[in-house]
Amino acid sequence: MANRRLVFCGAVLSILAVRQSSALAEEKLPERISFNEHIRPILSNNCYYCHGPDPKHREADLRLDEREGAMLSAIVPGKPDESELLRRVTSDDEHELMPPPASKRERLSERDTAILRRWIEQGAEYEGHWAFLSLRQQTLPAVTNESLATSAIDRFIQARLEAEQISPSDPADRSTLVRRVSLDLTGLVPSPAEVNAFLEDGSPDAYERLVDRLLASPHFGERWGRHWLDQARYADSNGYTIDSERAMWPYRDWVIQSLNEDLPFDQFTIDQLAGDLLPEPTKKQLVATAFHRNTLINEEGGTDKEQFRHEAVVDRVNTTSAVWLGLTVACAQCHTHKFDPISHREYYELFAFFNSAADVNNRGEAIAVSRGEMFGHPVMAKPSGPDPEDAARRQAAWEARELARLDGMAASKVAWSPLEYLEFETKGGASFQRLDDNSLLQDGRAAPKDRYRIVARSKLEDIQAVRLRVLTHDSLPKQGPGTAGNGNFVLTDFNFITAGQKRPFQSAFADHEQPDFPIRGAIDEDAKTGWAINVGPNSKGKMNTNHEAVFILEKPLFVPADQTVEFTLSHELNDNYLVGRFAIDVAETAPAEPLPYETQVVEALTTPRDKRTKEQARLVAVAFAKAEVQRQSRKQESTTSDTAQLMIMKELDKPRETYVALRGDFLRPDKEVGPLSPGGLHVIQPALPAEPGRTRLDLARWLVSPENPLTPRVTTNRIWMRYFGKGLVETEEDFGTQGTPPSHPELLDWLAAEFIRRGWSQKDLHRRIVTSAAYRRSSHARSDLMEKDPRNLLLARQERLRIEAEVVRDAALAASGLLDRTLGGPSVRPPQPEGVYAFTQNSKRWVAETGSQRYRRGMYTAFFRSAPYPLFTTFDAPDFQTVCTRRLRSNTPLQALTVANDVAFVEIAQGLAARVLSELPESNVADRLHRAFQLALARPPSDRELSVLQGFHERQAAELKAEPERAALLMPHSHQRLDASAAEAGAMVLACRAILNTDSFITRE
Amino acid sequence: MTTPPIRLRVAEAQLLDSTRRHFFGQCALGLGAMALNSLLAADGLAAPAPQRGKVAIDPAQPLAPRPAHFEPKAKSVIFLFMAGGPSQLDLFEDKPKLRELHGQSPPASLLAGRRFAFLKGNETLLGSQRKFERVGTCGMEISELMPHHKRIVDEVCWLRGMTTDVFNHGPAKLFMNTGFNAPGRPALGAWATYGLGSESRDLPGFVVLQSGPRGPRAGASLWASGFLPTSFQGVPFRSKGDPILHLRSPEGVTRQAERDFYDTVGALNETRLEEVGDPEIMTRINAYEMAYRMQTSAPDLMDLSQESQETLDRYGAKSGQPSYAANCLLARRLVERGVRFVQLYHTDWDHHGDQANNLSEALEARCREVDQASAALVLDLKERGLLNDTLVVWGGEFGRTPMGEVRATIGRDHHIDAFTMWLAGGGTKPGCILGQTDELGFGIVDGKVHVHDLHATILHQLGFDHKRLTYRFQGRDFRLTDVHGNVVQEILS
Repeated sequence: MANRRLVFCGAVLSILAVRQSSALAEEKLPERISFNEHIRPILSNNCYYCHGPDPKHREADLRLDEREGAMLSAIVPGKPDESELLRRVTSDDEHELMPPPASKRERLSERDTAILRRWIEQGAEYEGHWAFLSLRQQTLPAVTNESLATSAIDRFIQARLEAEQISPSDPADRSTLVRRVSLDLTGLVPSPAEVNAFLEDGSPDAYERLVDRLLASPHFGERWGRHWLDQARYADSNGYTIDSERAMWPYRDWVIQSLNEDLPFDQFTIDQLAGDLLPEPTKKQLVATAFHRNTLINEEGGTDKEQFRHEAVVDRVNTTSAVWLGLTVACAQCHTHKFDPISHREYYELFAFFNSAADVNNRGEAIAVSRGEMFGHPVMAKPSGPDPEDAARRQAAWEARELARLDGMAASKVAWSPLEYLEFETKGGASFQRLDDNSLLQDGRAAPKDRYRIVARSKLEDIQAVRLRVLTHDSLPKQGPGTAGNGNFVLTDFNFITAGQKRPFQSAFADHEQPDFPIRGAIDEDAKTGWAINVGPNSKGKMNTNHEAVFILEKPLFVPADQTVEFTLSHELNDNYLVGRFAIDVAETAPAEPLPYETQVVEALTTPRDKRTKEQARLVAVAFAKAEVQRQSRKQESTTSDTAQLMIMKELDKPRETYVALRGDFLRPDKEVGPLSPGGLHVIQPALPAEPGRTRLDLARWLVSPENPLTPRVTTNRIWMRYFGKGLVETEEDFGTQGTPPSHPELLDWLAAEFIRRGWSQKDLHRRIVTSAAYRRSSHARSDLMEKDPRNLLLARQERLRIEAEVVRDAALAASGLLDRTLGGPSVRPPQPEGVYAFTQNSKRWVAETGSQRYRRGMYTAFFRSAPYPLFTTFDAPDFQTVCTRRLRSNTPLQALTVANDVAFVEIAQGLAARVLSELPESNVADRLHRAFQLALARPPSDRELSVLQGFHERQAAELKAEPERAALLMPHSHQRLDASAAEAGAMVLACRAILNTDSFITRE
Repeated sequence: MTTPPIRLRVAEAQLLDSTRRHFFGQCALGLGAMALNSLLAADGLAAPAPQRGKVAIDPAQPLAPRPAHFEPKAKSVIFLFMAGGPSQLDLFEDKPKLRELHGQSPPASLLAGRRFAFLKGNETLLGSQRKFERVGTCGMEISELMPHHKRIVDEVCWLRGMTTDVFNHGPAKLFMNTGFNAPGRPALGAWATYGLGSESRDLPGFVVLQSGPRGPRAGASLWASGFLPTSFQGVPFRSKGDPILHLRSPEGVTRQAERDFYDTVGALNETRLEEVGDPEIMTRINAYEMAYRMQTSAPDLMDLSQESQETLDRYGAKSGQPSYAANCLLARRLVERGVRFVQLYHTDWDHHGDQANNLSEALEARCREVDQASAALVLDLKERGLLNDTLVVWGGEFGRTPMGEVRATIGRDHHIDAFTMWLAGGGTKPGCILGQTDELGFGIVDGKVHVHDLHATILHQLGFDHKRLTYRFQGRDFRLTDVHGNVVQEILS
């Protein structure tokens, strides 16, 4: 160990040495100066801000980003000493010096000026920015050591390594490799059987067959679909502050299926950006357009819809550009891009493609998609007559439920307590008469849309429910209970206030509701909805009689005896539709919602089946049929149901006019420039000509036209990035002039060209990368590489990468055997700690799943943008407010606490322990620990690792033996059929927890 | 039990770093760490390294204290956020003219170009019902609703010319917290901890505390780290139960068993580190050790029974009862422990004139809830010598209109063109009043401070040039103040 320390720290020291020596290397100038490699970074970082493409900030009318402009006055090719540029950057006069000292930019280094000089000497040739130039045909480079470069990819990498005299690392050992490639292609850890099959397969193509099997796995689509969904900013809620739930999951399923089918990337692109504009689009193509419906919707009151429509269009432009072009165009939203030649005007020409979508900060166009439909096996309501046997069984179950509810209601008879009214008045100046039965009768002087305010004292200190009784009276029209000519009323809002705070109701029900005027309307804070009591064609109740409504509070309330309670009744819809007479009572417990049946149905229900008359049987059957219909329609509405109303793109018949927005402000359209047509970016050859009548479809086709070099470069680079931790172009999101140039430009162009040549097949690209020698190398750090290539840009070795948030969960579930491998469908709600919504505006419906739905893959967890599932945030998942092309990888104490203590992970540790205990009933502790380790890490523990775990297990088992109650807490009842002693089982849970908390477990090595 | 001056203790502890893992202790503090940092900074957290902003983050200890651009005046910030937008016209801005013209239509010239959330155009001017008094040497006007504020008028610096860009709650809160009106950018507190790290070894660098009936609109986006690494995101402490999510060990695991667990995980990680040499494993070992410490430090922090009755009374806090007052006291305890940025949210200042949100009982209740404790916090910090290097900020996302909004009662709508905030300590001028509004309170006549200016000033007090504190993301150097912001020099001492 002492030795190792020396090696380790020694390696570190040598890095410092290298850093210093690199200063010496700087003295050697390249023979041939390349504009893109050497000159552009100097000009872009130091000069373009004032002498670049932006005319508004251009100083001295000098432009250095184009040769033509530079030759006018600044540069004389071949004659550095006559070139003003060189004179100014080397000047000692601070009024002359460029960049000016006032700009706070540092003086150019001597090396930079020397490079400029040599470049001018050599003729000062300009080149276009590399990323905007066409793909260059690549020939495979020659290498000395052919055996290390068997694939095309490896030839490019090996050639660079040989040039730098670096030898690549050995291949990773086979257990590391099988775990690596399984995690990368499916996001799951391989089972011991899968590991063994691979380890024991001696055939030369064993690895290639493993790769083929993983690429064919349905979990491939999940794993890579998740990467794509990051870019699509997919989430299950509308965003902003109200952030209510939406059903976008059919789109998620479409992505998974498309990747599994290997839908060519050009089609994949066109379907998502413009599927709706294709001639006779398929349903799947319409579903694909939900890509751009993942934008946020602001549901807050007082919102300017046009403003948020504009925001959504901006997001669509920025997302499209980031995903396909790898360009940040957001700067050009407000002004001409200072570094990249994208003008303010061009930005709004791009904007024009997306400006005619029909949605206006709302749901807009939607289609019904059922669960499984994207996978080709839709779950639908039974088409023709349901199976009679099934119906009978369901009816029996329904009857049992309803009877239980009846029993429950009888048992939970609620004691209503009347209030002592202290103040009662109306905003319009009316008053009330208190009648002997403790009800209040309005005196008839109320305003047409009046609001009543009642302050009262409650005898109860605990309140959970409020009852409002509306009562008839001879003084009211048709005896009321309302003041309208027919005795009706519309109660638009009913509010309960204590201590200056409104106490929200979670639900309300009434004994009678007018169609379209349900009691819910009185607790939704919407003045346009309310509760009324007229009768419709199917109403059972009457209007002019006493009615009552019950309101259940969201949280039981404690009201100290000295505090008053306050109620308001608002009538804001119709003139003179006021409640005439009423009484309010409160209760400590919430009553059950009554069954919606008339007496004879209840009688029929309570009569045992074999004793029912024919008529009674019919009544029950009818009630059941109604309940079924209601259930179906509720299911349709609910986002967790089998059918979703998916938002999709739709174009307006008549396009909106697009103007340049001054400083990006949608309130300031530059009308002088006139309306813009959809257009393109001239820097990318071939630019998309701006012709009238162009649509999103033209844009999509241009993005994937074989002549457009950016889309294939950006896409292959991003796929590469997932496998090596960084792209060949490190700034995968910025292929503009401010981004980093590629480490292997030839390889990038070769990959991009192959991608197109192979019909845009993503699976083909994946196969090429993961079967390369570069991918299969060991990820161990090497002291010699710390010197020569500390950042591993040349790929002499692989990288250890922390797995993503969802995969942390998936890997743990897979190891423990708990994982439910179901594909797709509505999002689910695994258990999450209480209090996640304490900080949000609106609480979300979150009832933890039971059964195997609890153990679905992380990507199916319902994602609310304002309150994400905590595990995800902790492990760097984005909040999906905007496009995310690359996640960060942080390493924090909150991550430690999550894997150690989150209920979900404790369950997983228990599951893993239970698994090894039940799979190895006869074995000793060491064997079981060995198996648990193998399940989690796909490799056997080293002797030292095993002894550390054994020691821990032994100490904990000894303690737990003395404290059986603790052991019982650690291993819950459901697992206690295991033969192991409680102490042993508890200690195994702790040991499994330790394994899951190792760095190796959450790392792809 | 009372706590000794913790800042000192922390500094000492950092020097002695008594990590139980001597082996890594050596490397972590010595030359090794330096080299590893340069290695990792390039690779892990901020690839590629930002060119101009250049905050050198030690990936093994992302929250380790870091030097600022220049010597900071403030070491910590406590932001008391009044969510919903308090009515400056009923608290801090006495407008006799408004009272005089009460009930009349506002002059059209004053309305031109202004945008409101709910006003329809037929509203009339609303004079405040509240009595104001000029107090202190500075002569600031304080309404009867804020009696305790009268005791701190000469301690704080008043900004009566605040202005913002957005008038809906969610976007406006985001704007005040992140400098941008949509979610996705780092919060002020995230920028502060990104720039400076934290002095606390045992607690997160950016802590969020909340009181009031519900959470602030926009939720977690208000304290998000945006594109910055998640080490810098605000950690909401919960007022009930465990203060931090997943803080509590699973049922059946004792503290002693937990120590053994952390040692076991640490030993396994060390083994792997030796095998593969990936410095990221060392970071993980450090993170687990801090997690272990947080299991005791966080509950200890929350235990207000350690405070004297006198202190509790002064704030109006009760041990074991969550409240804004308790949160103010916790804020002081957090700052004492070296936490960089503490943000309190107190909700329900949105007094439009609904039954529950009116300018009478509801506003009075809100003021009762925050007045005493806000003042107590300033005075308590001062007496403990902490106010010098703690910047306290008080205010909401916007103010409220001079016109009345007619709902159940008369209230006020959102007003973005002129409202009041205050700062205390951290190198600001005590008793300074900046900003004057017109006689009706519609617009600013003098001393305008835009949200971007406030941000620039706060960063300045923390030792940063807001134009140079940047982070490179998607091809652009981002900063808190975007392309705006001027440091408000007039209010700096």
